[in-house]
Amino acid sequence: MREAHPTLLSGARILDPSRDIDTRGDILIADGVIKDIAANLSAGLPADTEIVDCRHLVAVPGLVDMRAFIGEPGAEHRETLASASQAAAAGGVTTIVCQPDTDPVIDDPAIVDFVLRRARDTAIVNVHPMAALTKGLEGREMTQIGLLTEAGAVAFTDGTRSVASAQVLRRALTYGRDFGALIVHHTQDASLAGEGVMNEGELAARLGLAGVPKAAETIVLERDVRLTSITGGRYHAASLTCAESLDVLRRAKEAGLPVTASASINHLTLNERDVVGYRTFFKLTPPLRGEDDRNALVAAVAEGLIDVIVSDHDPQDVDVKRLPFSEAAFGAIGLETMLAAGLRLVNDGALDLATLIRATSTRPAELLGLPGGTLRPGSRADIALIALDEAWLLDAATLKSRSRNTPFDEARFEGRVVRTLVGGRTVYEYV
Amino acid sequence: MCRDNATSLRKVPAPMHRLRCAHSGPVRGAAATNRGKERPGRVCALAAEGGCVYPADFDMTSNPTASFTLQRRHLLGIEGLSPDEIVGLLDLAEEFVVLNRQVEKKRATLRGRTQINLFFEASTRTQSSFELAGKRLGADVMNMSVGNSSVKKGETLIDTAATLNAMHPDVLIVRHSASGAAELLARKVDCSVVNAGDGAHEHPTQALLDALTIRRNKGRIQGLTVAICGDITHSRVARSNILLLQALGAQVRVVAPPTLLPSGIEHFGVAVHHDMRSGLADVDIVMMLRLQRERMNGSYVPSVKEYFHFWGLDEAKLRYAKPDALVMHPGPMNRGVEIDSAVADGAQSLIREQVEMGVAVRMAVLDALSRNLPNA
Repeated sequence: MREAHPTLLSGARILDPSRDIDTRGDILIADGVIKDIAANLSAGLPADTEIVDCRHLVAVPGLVDMRAFIGEPGAEHRETLASASQAAAAGGVTTIVCQPDTDPVIDDPAIVDFVLRRARDTAIVNVHPMAALTKGLEGREMTQIGLLTEAGAVAFTDGTRSVASAQVLRRALTYGRDFGALIVHHTQDASLAGEGVMNEGELAARLGLAGVPKAAETIVLERDVRLTSITGGRYHAASLTCAESLDVLRRAKEAGLPVTASASINHLTLNERDVVGYRTFFKLTPPLRGEDDRNALVAAVAEGLIDVIVSDHDPQDVDVKRLPFSEAAFGAIGLETMLAAGLRLVNDGALDLATLIRATSTRPAELLGLPGGTLRPGSRADIALIALDEAWLLDAATLKSRSRNTPFDEARFEGRVVRTLVGGRTVYEYV
Repeated sequence: MCRDNATSLRKVPAPMHRLRCAHSGPVRGAAATNRGKERPGRVCALAAEGGCVYPADFDMTSNPTASFTLQRRHLLGIEGLSPDEIVGLLDLAEEFVVLNRQVEKKRATLRGRTQINLFFEASTRTQSSFELAGKRLGADVMNMSVGNSSVKKGETLIDTAATLNAMHPDVLIVRHSASGAAELLARKVDCSVVNAGDGAHEHPTQALLDALTIRRNKGRIQGLTVAICGDITHSRVARSNILLLQALGAQVRVVAPPTLLPSGIEHFGVAVHHDMRSGLADVDIVMMLRLQRERMNGSYVPSVKEYFHFWGLDEAKLRYAKPDALVMHPGPMNRGVEIDSAVADGAQSLIREQVEMGVAVRMAVLDALSRNLPNA
């Protein structure tokens, strides 16, 4: 990490979805914040200013990843806050929102405090924890939403568990409302999902694998929308996967309910056919769906119906992945590849770049009330510089995460992060 | 043929309706009788000790005595096998049927080879069938009963594979409760892998032995209508059979309560029936599947009694099928759950013959794969 001397990002394409700006110019950074943005700031700079030639680069607000499973505390062999932050920086992610399914579970203000202090001491990007929605993630008793919020929890979730009890969720939404708490929910009915390990349908039948029906997701989302309408609590669906859910989401938004939703980069760029050959790195929860659903999700991001794209970064070691498909762990890493994979959608013409950055940066920052997601002068200088036309091949061995369970090994990408700044400091540079 | 005839057929002791030949063994029921009446028949080329009658449309173009090689190292499923490969295996198996009925049953094809039967799920029938097949071809056969081995102590499938691989086996026969386990193992070892059943995915040698049994009794597979009845959702036998029978030109139906049919089954090219009357109407082969009693707890069907009442194969329901329809079951049977004893042991049953064909088919598979082994 370098000392925070002034930096001039010179001649960049400046893309800031928070202000609908897409222009060319200079960004002056000093004291960790964006001092000024203008067509030309090269006159009268302090002598120690580092000038970065950005004529072939796009400067965007650093990504804010709302859903990353880290493993610290409790599963440091899979990922630490430090290693996750290295991966994030290499992927242009300047803020990670880590999930509470650690050991111990982040369901107590002391553990929120622990994570924040560990992150301060070891991580090179911003880290904010989500706290558990229910104690021990058991779905029975609500956590101390007020105290956890004061301690620094930015939202409440039970991670990859769904709260089966409508009563518990109702109370949490009602109680959390006055604290402005955002309730992030994994919408998958556990009993209906059963032993399912992939999308239900012909392919699952052919592979002899138990399927998870789309209704397992839609039923929970429908219920949750009803609960939101009677409580007024802020609700966010953690990872939607199918067109049926999008219909439910659309109706909720049209009714003016405080409902928002994410889709994971995996569900936007991969489909169920990727699991053929029993490839466990594509075993995800919720499962990858068919191509029609993927297209529907991408269209929903394009129109803003889906608010946020998350990496759903979930490091798993080989011991739990090199198993028969039904026995392997769910999850794939994604911090380092989210932006590159998202650029596929841009290169395909399915999304424009501003929409991608809005969904990966501006919107999640707004929803969580975090700084970032913007290049507005005066805001913290969390910036990613992207070379849009840089073609590259992902080699899983070079990933910075402690785990290697990427679904994009040997994938071809066009466009990569070449520099990431957090609070004005360069935390990653591609050389 | 009218139903009355069929009924009377079943009442007559079976042997009177069998054509015996040294090669093909008992050929039963009305089909065999028809064959004799309607067609001159041809004499099977490989039945050295006295004629074997095949129907006129039986494909004799391939020469079963010629050595047959599978152009692959593993047999992981029926999926991906060409019709020629399937027919090649069936023809080769015919040769072993003859061998197995002789006093001297040994060949030296696999002499010096090591075959390991790695069974993560208990199976008397399949394991002993593979064991016998290997031994009759001259292999040294080792049975790994994994139930009380290190796998229970936390060793993974891949660790086990690596351990066994270090012992330089030539063939690994694998059964595992997880779909895809055989394929995973095959990627980690140097020897040939034969899938002896992986989860609800495939059980290729069962489908091959079923096809051999059908072909020997009906003379063909092309154009037959086969009803596969029962727990399709959890059945690897069903999946392999659907693939194989369709590859050889049979019409396949599945008959089951909707809870035991996997979502998407309609895309398999099969006719889907929920009741036995329509499902068995005019079928040539009734293939029953085992219903695990645990399924009652999973709310798939309410009770054994109700299941048997609607979907269990008894004589009354068998009458919906063609009069010369034949009954099959991969075993082990749950008598009184999916099949009635009178049918299982009746004149139209091929269930015991399936077991015999199992050994021959597995010998054929081992023989055909062995030709690809290093130094073969």
